[in-house]
Amino acid sequence: MVPITTLHYLVVAAALFVLGVIGVLTRRNVVIVLMSIELILNAVNLNLVAFSRMWGKLDGQVFAIFIVVDAAAEAAVGLGILIAFFRNKETINVDEIDLLKW
Amino acid sequence: MPNFIMSYLGSTVTPGEAGNQFWALIYVLIIFAGVSLAVVAMNWFERKALAHFQIRLGPMRVGPHGLLQPIADALKLALKEDIIPAEADQFVFWFAPVIGLLAAFTVYIVIPFGPSQAVSDMNIGVLFMLGVSSLGVLGIVVAGWASNSHYPLIGALRSSAQMVSYEVAMGLAVVSAVLMTSFNDKGTGTLSMIGIVQAQQQQGIWFVFKFFPLGLVAFVNFVIAMIAETNRAPFDMAEAESELTAGYHTEYSGLRWSLFMLAEYAAMIAVSSIAVTLWLGGWLRPFPNLLHAPAWDFIFSLFPGLTFGALAAIAVIGVMRMPAHPYFKVQRIGLAVFAALLGFIALFLLVIAVGARFADATNLPEKLEALLRIFARFSEGIDYVYWFVLKVALFMYLFIWCRATWPRYRFDQLMRVGWKVLLPITLVVLILTAIVGVIVS
Amino acid sequence: MIPGLNLALMAVFTTTTDPGMEPVATPFFFYLLSGLAILGGFLVITRRNPVHCALALILTLIAMAHLYLMLYAPFVAAVQIIVYAGGIMVLFLFVIMLVSIERASKDRRFNRFWPVGLAAACALMALFVSAFVKGRALFPDRMIAIPEGSNTQQVASMLYGEAGRMGQYTFAFEIASLLLLVAILGAVIMTKKKI
Repeated sequence: MVPITTLHYLVVAAALFVLGVIGVLTRRNVVIVLMSIELILNAVNLNLVAFSRMWGKLDGQVFAIFIVVDAAAEAAVGLGILIAFFRNKETINVDEIDLLKW
Repeated sequence: MPNFIMSYLGSTVTPGEAGNQFWALIYVLIIFAGVSLAVVAMNWFERKALAHFQIRLGPMRVGPHGLLQPIADALKLALKEDIIPAEADQFVFWFAPVIGLLAAFTVYIVIPFGPSQAVSDMNIGVLFMLGVSSLGVLGIVVAGWASNSHYPLIGALRSSAQMVSYEVAMGLAVVSAVLMTSFNDKGTGTLSMIGIVQAQQQQGIWFVFKFFPLGLVAFVNFVIAMIAETNRAPFDMAEAESELTAGYHTEYSGLRWSLFMLAEYAAMIAVSSIAVTLWLGGWLRPFPNLLHAPAWDFIFSLFPGLTFGALAAIAVIGVMRMPAHPYFKVQRIGLAVFAALLGFIALFLLVIAVGARFADATNLPEKLEALLRIFARFSEGIDYVYWFVLKVALFMYLFIWCRATWPRYRFDQLMRVGWKVLLPITLVVLILTAIVGVIVS
Repeated sequence: MIPGLNLALMAVFTTTTDPGMEPVATPFFFYLLSGLAILGGFLVITRRNPVHCALALILTLIAMAHLYLMLYAPFVAAVQIIVYAGGIMVLFLFVIMLVSIERASKDRRFNRFWPVGLAAACALMALFVSAFVKGRALFPDRMIAIPEGSNTQQVASMLYGEAGRMGQYTFAFEIASLLLLVAILGAVIMTKKKI
């Protein structure tokens, strides 16, 4: 078996990134769009940690921790916006959320 | 292969560190069997202890003094009809107890029963424990959602909000215990569970008594948070029968419900083990550094045998107090057999302890000396496990005591206590521990 | 010659680590975990019921935590499980329960512009593949061994600094905590019924 190199991890991260992008661009439910954004952030994390292992330094891991913190903050605020919007318009369908002001 | 298996015997590290999967698997099976047995015993003990708190007797008919009651309960639950609501989400309904069980049982990987008796002593053991026990919330939330009815949904939301709130206080209390490990001459603490107990041994004091009263306040915080984490009284608003018709496991029947109960009791034993490891010195016997003479070691090593002897004596007294009526013949015989079993275990443990005491005597025949050396090794392991299990059993009694004593918190009172009372106190204790530690050392 | 050099370097770097810490059956676990992660990602974007998507995302997150463990990053793995799987996903499940009305799960899964989205994602995938193929020389095959025992201490010294000195990322750490405070305030204000 070929030994597992950094490139293997980068390919996995790229696959997850593309899956996340497809989710963001094509799903109708806003909550699932937000979950696909979390998938994208995780792919980036895997990239960072793989590179940190490649170079033997820990900067990638520290930055990955910051991204996890940032994802938590963003998920909280994004879901807050969603709930506020849901209270007004009673829908979570991306196609129906299309007015800036009414 | 046999070399691989034998290469671990006589090692002083955990199987995970030695890379020996066979013994790690053996330890996992032992832990699984032990926890299941403990859950069964806990079921009986809870009913009897609650009953005695309420000046009644509890189950007395099924076995002698109700000892076979949990088995009868398990049989009943296994034979009940498995009802799944029609509109419920089938896969998620099936999967929710599995998540709860996985989260409850995975914590046991890092719990140390002795200095090398853990499945795997990770360097980040404390973080692993916190993370995996926070996965239990997912099982409850998903169970409430999958039942497709409003009582379970409200119960699940309340229960998970409560668990998430008290996880914060629990994590901070754990951090203050980890902080106390760093007050040694090297200046660095450790996150591994075995390392925390070894730090207590090295500093010569259980962390519950360190920097009195800071350690005690942190310990009490952790105990309150852990009672709330496992949804036990007085924090059991989410599953109280009079409030919410059993909350998130309303729609579960038979064996599925028993899986939830298994997960709850296993989580109780797991967080008690964590409290014992972090504050009460894990596997250390009382006064390991102060009373260090071989005589004291011998006296403390007699304790396992003496405990089982005391239990056997209680069973014998129970036999003698039973009425000598033909209706009670089977129960008397059963209890006498149980007393004899406990007596044999007591005798066995005492023989091992006494044999270990004389293991390094010189004028003995060859085979006896080899046997005594084996006894010495076993006696050490038995002592470690015994003190650990004794402390965890005290915590189990504490859980039942709290359930019998206090009325239930209302949900808004519960959240207020979690965020406005417990979290500030834990933060203050953490800061004061850091300040006092820096000043003292 | 290059594979020989590769194997020699791997042999050197795996024997200089602690003897108890050598990885076991690495390709098997890598393929298993990355298969689970990609399966979870695929289920997230294709399931109709949002609770199923959340459970699939939890599967992906836990598989990623195991991949971090394989990359000798135990602290990041622990943070991932505690924060992501134990915190953020519970938040997502809460919001799904508050928001998901029956109509939503019987709606169509993909929105109006799904061909455009799919084409854009395929273009992105082509970009990644070309980057990996052309830039293969940028990713050397050896991986430097990081000692696992002191990972938490080293991460902590980068975040908090040694005694009396700032670490490299102390300022960023403070900014991150400020960010969390702002996010808390924002989420509370956003969801209040009357400001």
